[in-house]
Amino acid sequence: MSDDNPLTPTQAADLSALAGFIIPVSDEFDVPGADDPRIQADMVATLGRDAPLVREALAQLARLAGGPFASLDAARREAVAMELRAAAGPAVAALTRVVLQCYYRDDRVVRSLGLEPRPPYPKGHELPDGDWSLLDPVRARPPFWRRA
Amino acid sequence: MSDPVDVLIIGAGASGAAVAWSLAETKMHILCLEQGGWMNPAQYPSTGRDWEARFWGDYSPSPNIRGRREDYPINDDNSPIKVVNFNAVGGSTIFYTAHFPRLHPSDFRVKSLDGVADDWPVDYDTLAPFFAENDRMMGVSGLAGDPSVPERNPPMPPLPMGRSGAIFAKAMNRLGWHWWPSDTTVATVDYEGRAKCINLGHCTPACAQGAKASTDITYWPVAQRAGVELKTHCRVREITTNEEGMASGVIYYDEDGNEQFQAAHVVVLACNGVGTPRLLLNSVSGKFPNGLANSSGLVGRNLMFHPYAQVYGYVADETDGNRAPPTCLWSKEFYETDKSRDFVRGYSFQFGRGVGPVMEAVTSEQKGLLPWGAGHHAAFRRLNGHRLTLSAICEDLPEAHNRVTLDPELKDCHGIPSPRIDYTIGENTARMMEHGIARAKDVLAEAGAADICVNSPIVYGGWHLLGTARMGADPQRSVVNEWGRSHDVKNLFIVDGSLFVTSGGVNPTSTIQALALYVADQIKQRLANLFD
Repeated sequence: MSDDNPLTPTQAADLSALAGFIIPVSDEFDVPGADDPRIQADMVATLGRDAPLVREALAQLARLAGGPFASLDAARREAVAMELRAAAGPAVAALTRVVLQCYYRDDRVVRSLGLEPRPPYPKGHELPDGDWSLLDPVRARPPFWRRA
Repeated sequence: MSDPVDVLIIGAGASGAAVAWSLAETKMHILCLEQGGWMNPAQYPSTGRDWEARFWGDYSPSPNIRGRREDYPINDDNSPIKVVNFNAVGGSTIFYTAHFPRLHPSDFRVKSLDGVADDWPVDYDTLAPFFAENDRMMGVSGLAGDPSVPERNPPMPPLPMGRSGAIFAKAMNRLGWHWWPSDTTVATVDYEGRAKCINLGHCTPACAQGAKASTDITYWPVAQRAGVELKTHCRVREITTNEEGMASGVIYYDEDGNEQFQAAHVVVLACNGVGTPRLLLNSVSGKFPNGLANSSGLVGRNLMFHPYAQVYGYVADETDGNRAPPTCLWSKEFYETDKSRDFVRGYSFQFGRGVGPVMEAVTSEQKGLLPWGAGHHAAFRRLNGHRLTLSAICEDLPEAHNRVTLDPELKDCHGIPSPRIDYTIGENTARMMEHGIARAKDVLAEAGAADICVNSPIVYGGWHLLGTARMGADPQRSVVNEWGRSHDVKNLFIVDGSLFVTSGGVNPTSTIQALALYVADQIKQRLANLFD
């Protein structure tokens, strides 16, 4: 491990396998799984302050798997992954968040949701003004704040 | 030793900026010491693709998670609600939703009207001109004519209703319940050098557009042009006193970590409802062994948070998601005391528009709505962009056991003892929260929402830090007098949320700033005999 690569190869393989289970590839929605190499690279590159908790969760995963999670067959992976999810706790929450936050900012995924893959600034968004006549019945109410 | 300044303000947030600006016209030598620095909007989260992820990192609302050098750690283990704040020029106005209601007239007369807590030593009418002045300085958008509050005239039109607001409005009309576009400090037109809102959406953790008012871009530029001096990255350790028991100045650590002394004729505390008692309790001397201004024993006591009962659900129609300011509408239907209920006082509803995809994924996964494996994608597409949220902001009554003290072990990076929070939600407030949850579910049901979720209280929801150095006429029952001056130390003033006698049921920043302007006005009127 180093600052550039905060996970061992085994940890990285387990993270990828678990991420691919949490969010599998979908032909129906034309999106990659969370084990996609670009998404995995984003996770590893941006682990930052989450790295200790993610390593803790991966250690927990390996304990539940009795060895490398990535080496399990599909049925056993599902059982172990769901056991990890049920165990919950801050480490599992951090690992899950890392998977989700990197997945749902991937260009391909964001486009599949009908959104533009860009930060909010500087373009912003359009917001419909709405029908202010909806306010008419409220305007008709007499003042009801309490005099003091 | 430095030359004494006339007025030393500690803290450059909502109240410190307002009081600095107001006092500037006196031409006194005014210095403000701020533990944080100037923020750079080009580095705000909404400028990058990791804009949502930073909420769990360097732009967390919790100083304990954020852990910037400018922050100080807070031991809030013994509280169901965690303190959130921001430390910079602008203070927590950098990091707030910009929801800007005022306390109601009844909020200042709680004892007289409902027989609980205490009345304030000031009333709404006294503060009214300062509310209006603050609305102009901060730049408030809203709509006059709301029957739930005394008349006011926001200088800018309201934020658009949007898709989410329209769904809520129709549901509220069917229920016959009050709603109104919220007063906010988001500029809806170009205003005093600020560009209008372009719906970045990610408003709370700072606005890269500069449309959301924070005091670094409202009060401070004007105050500095008027001659107020502002030193950043200066953390005050303690307020010193002289043999007469008057404040003589402060000891602080400068940007390089060097200990400094700054003498002052007047000291003004503007550090919020946690930072102010922390500093007073850290200012111990032979004359003030229990902390400064604490002869009443009330410094740090009566902490009030406004517990939030948040309820959300999902509708079939598309909502605004995170593509618009989170502020939208408010409702005061349940604000005033109704004797048919099992609690006194009340709450407002703050309606939200939705969240972004990452926040949706993370929170829905935690709630069990978003599965792992097969079914994940279909479930996410049903949830994302369909959320409607509303929160009951519940009045928190003052209780002496809810308090800020000094932690015996925890210290900040300068070795200054950190605050410890001991807090429980009172019975009256708990009943109010249950009522709010039930009515919020009524609203969501009327809007056709499903998969209802509740966060009560919002754990990282301690935005409003109130009551820990309250104002009053009786020195035994209050820390400062009717115009913000310490009963014990006659050249020491407090202008932040610590002053609140009761909390009301609305976001407090508007009232905090109006109070700061009121105290500043009192100081200006009494300059000839300020210490009598």
